[in-house]
Amino acid sequence: MIELLQRTLDGLLDGAAYGLIGLGLTLTFGTLKRLNLAYGAGAMLAAYIGAWLHQRYGLNPLLIAIAVIATATLIGLYVEWLCFSDTLESGQDAVRGGTPVVGRDGREVVALASSFAIWMQLEQLAVNLLPRHLNPFPSLASVKESSIGPLVLRTDRLVLFLIAIALTLALGRWLRVSRGGLAWRATADQPTAAQLAGISVKYVHRIAFACACALSGVAAFAVLSLAGQVTPMFGMWMLVKGLVAAMLGGLGSITGVLIGGLLLGVVEAHAQALFGAPGREFSTYALLFFVLILPGRSTQFGAETTLVR
Amino acid sequence: MLEIKNLATSYGKIEALKGVSLSANAGEVTCLLGPNGAGKTTLMMTLSGILRPQRGSVKFEGEELVGLSPAEIVSRGLALVPENRLVFPALTVQENLMAGAFRRRDRAAIRDDIDRMLTRFPILRERIAQLAGTLSGGEQQMLAVARALMSRPRLLLMDEPSVGLAPLVVAEIFSIIRQLHAEGVSIFLVEQNAHMALQVAQHFYLMEQGRVSFSGTPGELAEDDVIQRAYLGQRRAA
Repeated sequence: MIELLQRTLDGLLDGAAYGLIGLGLTLTFGTLKRLNLAYGAGAMLAAYIGAWLHQRYGLNPLLIAIAVIATATLIGLYVEWLCFSDTLESGQDAVRGGTPVVGRDGREVVALASSFAIWMQLEQLAVNLLPRHLNPFPSLASVKESSIGPLVLRTDRLVLFLIAIALTLALGRWLRVSRGGLAWRATADQPTAAQLAGISVKYVHRIAFACACALSGVAAFAVLSLAGQVTPMFGMWMLVKGLVAAMLGGLGSITGVLIGGLLLGVVEAHAQALFGAPGREFSTYALLFFVLILPGRSTQFGAETTLVR
Repeated sequence: MLEIKNLATSYGKIEALKGVSLSANAGEVTCLLGPNGAGKTTLMMTLSGILRPQRGSVKFEGEELVGLSPAEIVSRGLALVPENRLVFPALTVQENLMAGAFRRRDRAAIRDDIDRMLTRFPILRERIAQLAGTLSGGEQQMLAVARALMSRPRLLLMDEPSVGLAPLVVAEIFSIIRQLHAEGVSIFLVEQNAHMALQVAQHFYLMEQGRVSFSGTPGELAEDDVIQRAYLGQRRAA
């Protein structure tokens, strides 16, 4: 029984990181209704630059965190400019008067395909920068533990957990109460009307993308500083975990992605205990599959707190 | 007030506006009639900066609007109530109104204006915390008008505000137009409902196939076969 609880607790702590990773994906999807496949690769290249700075100059972890987040943001702007800057409704759609219908004229597919190409490009850049498989990353892992009754908590994981929850809640609140948040939600909700109200939709899209990618930098640094190393698998890993967390939460929902991440963490922790490491991987995809075949497409934990509402 | 000269807008190779010239006077309700596909909505979208024209000019109080962004045009005092209303369905009524005032920074005045809108449209006060997507068509139309007014426009563009609404609601919308006109708001109205428009507008244009084919007063409109053409499109030579 204690063991079961302990595993659940470990899963929750890991899951917060998944939620944080998924947050950026959900933000871009909620705003642009487009999926950024280069999301993980961008974070990976930023992380590689962090690792390179660490190996080459031995900078302190705080500076490296700033460098990773800044690089991830810049890469985000690059990806937005290349793949997503033309996703604004064309005037013709506006005259037809409707909300954009997915797949209407193939621009969604172009954005998806081009962001896939950029994924490959960014990953190659990273691997060329640091060709070894294992690269040391500044480590903030600590062996300190605290305990709740018979259960143990690793302090470093707990800090990451709290950061993820605080960021998610703060972002959700900012979107709900601020002027910028209103512009953001209005743009996500009805882009043509947002333009007519005097909101610069292109600018909002760019900011949304930059925010999402900055968050991917935060998530990448947080996860890697606990692992103390980074491998070329990191980009793919981020995309998959983030995507599953975001889909579980109903793409576009801010609190949903956090809950989705936590759920994924708990399921993985139990699967690992029962079936070992392959079971952990299997459970990730099983969960995604389960979500996709559920009636209504997604579980939508946070339906009332989507990006828009 | 508004002076449109030789305006042409295309979608790819299809020219929807083929050199449109017309004007709207301050303090008047100007009405543009025309059958479906005449280019009325294209004109409205071009005026508000969502579409870029290929040529021509739009002067608003002497200032050229062509080339400005939609946001800049709203700041100049032009606001569009779009066809099909296009409220923000997942935002509350209150948030919709706030979004309408996005270009303004005078918080206290914005609050006063919201209150004024709620007095003008009492139904919106009842629905203030409701999501706009849950409102009826008529309520959404009121909200769209209120949202546009929140930017304090000097010229209000309205694209078929009566379309798809029940006759009673249509009458209500037109009484609001009359009321706004009495308060001195200049209005440029696109309508298919010529009979309702006759009650509020001081000047009429008819647009057919991307061109303006009639311009005149309500009296001249009644003498011509314009209304018939507005509904049915151009008569073909036997």
